[in-house]
Amino acid sequence: MFEPQDPNRIQLNSNGQLKHFITTEGLSKALLTEILDTADSFIDMSEQQVKKVPLLRGKTVVNLFFEASTRTLSTFELAAKRLSADVLNLNISTSSTSKGETLKDTLQTLEAMHSDMFVVRHSDSGAQHFIAQHVSPDVAVINAGDGRHAHPTQAMLDMMTIRRHKGAFEPLVVAIVGDILHSRVARSQIHALRTLGAAEVRLIAPKTLLPRHIEMLGVKVYTDMNEGLKDCDVVMMLRLQKERMKSALLPSESEFYRLYGLTEEKLKLAKPDAVVMHPGPINRGVEIESSVADGPRSLILDQVTNGIAVRMAVMSMAMSGQVAEKNNRMEAAQ
Amino acid sequence: MVTGTLNVESLLEKMTAELSVLMKHRQIEDPFIIGIRTGGVWIAEQLHQALDIQSPLGTLDISFYRDDFSQIGLNPSVQPSQLPCATEGRDIILVDDVIMSGRTIRAALNELFDYGRPASVTLVTLVDLQRRQLPIQADVNGGVLTLDTDQQVKLNGPNPLTLEISTKTS
Repeated sequence: MFEPQDPNRIQLNSNGQLKHFITTEGLSKALLTEILDTADSFIDMSEQQVKKVPLLRGKTVVNLFFEASTRTLSTFELAAKRLSADVLNLNISTSSTSKGETLKDTLQTLEAMHSDMFVVRHSDSGAQHFIAQHVSPDVAVINAGDGRHAHPTQAMLDMMTIRRHKGAFEPLVVAIVGDILHSRVARSQIHALRTLGAAEVRLIAPKTLLPRHIEMLGVKVYTDMNEGLKDCDVVMMLRLQKERMKSALLPSESEFYRLYGLTEEKLKLAKPDAVVMHPGPINRGVEIESSVADGPRSLILDQVTNGIAVRMAVMSMAMSGQVAEKNNRMEAAQ
Repeated sequence: MVTGTLNVESLLEKMTAELSVLMKHRQIEDPFIIGIRTGGVWIAEQLHQALDIQSPLGTLDISFYRDDFSQIGLNPSVQPSQLPCATEGRDIILVDDVIMSGRTIRAALNELFDYGRPASVTLVTLVDLQRRQLPIQADVNGGVLTLDTDQQVKLNGPNPLTLEISTKTS
């Protein structure tokens, strides 16, 4: 498991502003709140006839996806375009690496095209950290998911969705349910929820899908879903990551659904106004009952909408942090 | 160091009178008043009330439209713009507290046009510090101030509104 010594050394500039966005871990409450506030001001942009702001005009954003994704890639692409950036989507799994080019070579090639920002998804934990260490100054790196480590923009769009529906985090009991073991989303959610001050963060999963020592992150662990759902304000489901399961961690999908699938019946155990979230893509009938996913308490589509705003916020803040860092460097050189 | 204050009330009275004459001249009957955050909103509120305008007040945050992002980055306290009516085909009265370089107004015009195509835009400002860098002038302006390079002006508000001239401490 990848665990950087101090993630903020790489993702913050000398003024303490975001210059890369690699993980929610270690970021201050003030900074996470700033991301949410900035994202909120982008949400209202959908009322504009021209759904664009000129913030990143003339900048080039490269979406560097070493792992397939439709939802994340398309929302990052839309976010960059709504900031008026030029966008290049590269699906590397089918490109140069299969010709033997190393990650460093790929980066240097893209930098030679004067890219200003890399949005990276990679199956190896820590890949974005490595890239942030090796890119030229002034280039921002945004983590769009790395291995089992982190998926910070997904976590922040979840936080935004919670805040827009529930207000303050302090009174909230939040349950994260399902395949915690393989989930970079869960890790980023836990860090964000703890920092933002949620009253209680619960993990609900079978023992085989829980990482060891996860309690050290300040969460309560439940293997019984009925017990774990009691009085929850927010239920965040995770996708069962079958593609990452190399050994038999589950008896069967139907057995998993019986024990950990979110059905109308089980949802009754949570608070009457509890909301349901899922990062998508949904496996209906495996993690969640269709009527719950499409029901009135489901915020799944809000999450997608908020995802664009959060990604716009993070991209503009990281670019802004790079600008400030450049100013500092120029001042120091004088 | 504060070196002086200006009477905002009398400037506002003069602006209200001039604006109402101009509106008649331009045949604007139902304008949409929009203030630029923060000081411009306070002035817009006063004009909205004094002229007894029907349409609700709009507020514009131009942070995302500034031309100095590559120099200074993002304004950390950006808030959403709130335009309660459509701007398409409307007569807009755009209000700001201070006009100097003209860059804020350039940004505001760009943002406005992303919301639709207004029929007209009338610019109203409280004080003009001159030193223009763009060919933009107010249609109605409260007063002109000539400041030394080490002096600055700031509108405090919203209640009461005071315009403060101070010397920059460097």
